[in-house]
This record gives sequence, structure tokens and C-alpha cells, in this order.
Amino acid sequence: MIEWFTWLQLGIAVPGGVLCVILGLLGRKPTDLTMGAAALVELLLIVQLAAAIAAPLAGNDATGSLLEFYTYLVSAIALPVVAGFWALVERSRWSTVILGVSCLSVAVMLYRMNQIWNVQGS
Amino acid sequence: MSYDYNRAMTESPTEKPASAKRVRGVGRLLIAVYGVLALAATGRSFVQIVRAFDEAPLAYALSALAAVVYIVATVALMRRSIRWYRIAWITISFEMLGVLVVGTLSLVDPALFEHATVWSIYGSGYLFIPLVLPLLGMWWLARHRVAPVSEGRA
Repeated sequence: MIEWFTWLQLGIAVPGGVLCVILGLLGRKPTDLTMGAAALVELLLIVQLAAAIAAPLAGNDATGSLLEFYTYLVSAIALPVVAGFWALVERSRWSTVILGVSCLSVAVMLYRMNQIWNVQGS
Repeated sequence: MSYDYNRAMTESPTEKPASAKRVRGVGRLLIAVYGVLALAATGRSFVQIVRAFDEAPLAYALSALAAVVYIVATVALMRRSIRWYRIAWITISFEMLGVLVVGTLSLVDPALFEHATVWSIYGSGYLFIPLVLPLLGMWWLARHRVAPVSEGRA
């Protein structure tokens, strides 16, 4: 896990999530913008997964439990996908809010993942 | 944050009457948040049990039980039949009881719950969502009774 990249992810997931929640509460159905925000969060998570697999080879080992780290990462990767499908099936304002909730949940999980990798035990 | 309940119920003109059995409006958000919490509880208990179940069998068994109850509650909220309505009440009441009892015990006697569960300190590790969610769930269920005869009223 690369720390600056994690902060970049948080910098996208938090505003993106807030934006989706606000637009949803205003009554907007899922749009390219809100779907795109969730898709971007998802894409960055996939990159993070690749980075997490590769990082130990470059001497960047997790300080905490890898099991816990990957449980978070795999769960996080699932969230925007589920929310995205939901948004495609049900084109209502609440689907937009749910996209936002998924992005914010991913942000919380990224924060925990960062703690596990970089803070715990060091 | 006000959820403009009436508007939520009457909107979505694209919705067909055929989907009357489906949950509408803000209830979908409730289900989504329950789903996320179910995932979080399942993830945590999975890690705890795989890593060191022997360390704290009580706390970890409780975590697993909580995870299962959250999953059942999520499913129960999605279904609009009288049976699932009852199951939703039972599971959500159980969560409320769990978060209150375990939350209080974890403050009064921290040694008892040295190992974190989803309900420790009233769910503080989960932004107090485990404390707030059952209340919202019960409010939702009270507002959306399922009549025994005309079952499936949204």
C-alpha cells in the first residue's frame, strides 16, 4: 500500500461521496457524473490492490495484519460495484445517495487500511 | 437532514405498480446502509475468527452472531411479507438490545469485552451507526406496517 496514493484515493472518495449524497437528496437520478465518481473510486481501488500485492516485493511490508487488510480491501472493492449495479437497475434519487454512501464507506475502509499498513505496530 | 418522506413515497413515476411489493423511497437507503454494516460486521468477525478465535471465544462468537443478525435484518427489510416483517422486528430489536447491553457492559466492565465487538462502546468503532440504525429501522417498520390481508403495501 502506497501512502500518498491512499491519500489521493481519500481525496476523491470523500468529496465524490459527499457530492453523490447531496445530489441524491436534491432528487437527482444517477448520472454520468455520480456513476463516474463511484467508477473512479473503484478504479483506484483496483490500482491499490495491484500496489498492495506488489509493494512487499519492493520492501514495503505491512506493519499490521495482512488478513485484516485484505478483508477490508476486498470488501471495499465490492461496494461501488454493488452500488453501481443498484443505480443501473433502479434509476431513483436514492440510488444516487447509495452511490455516495458506498464512496464514503470506501473512504472509511481506506483510512483503516492505511492504519493497518502504515501505522499499526510501527 | 430531513428525508421528505412524502415526496420520497410518491416520486419515481417510472416505477410500475407491479413492483408494489418492493421497498420504496428512503427505505432503500436504510437497506443499503444495513447491507454495508452487515458486510463490516461479517468482515470483522471473519478476521477475528480466522486469526485467533481462542483468544476471546465469547466476544468473537458475539461478533459472528451480530454479523448473521445484520445479514438477516438486511434481507428482512427487503422483503415485504408479514413473515419477513416479523423477522425484521425481531432482528432489529435484537440489535438494539445487543448494542445497549454490550455497549453498557463494555463501559462498566471493560475487562469483559477486552476484544472489540461491533457493539463495544455503543458501536463507537463504527461511527455509532450500530446504535442509530436500529432506531431508524424500527421507525421505518412502524411507519410501514404490513397488513396481514393486503400484504405487500409499500
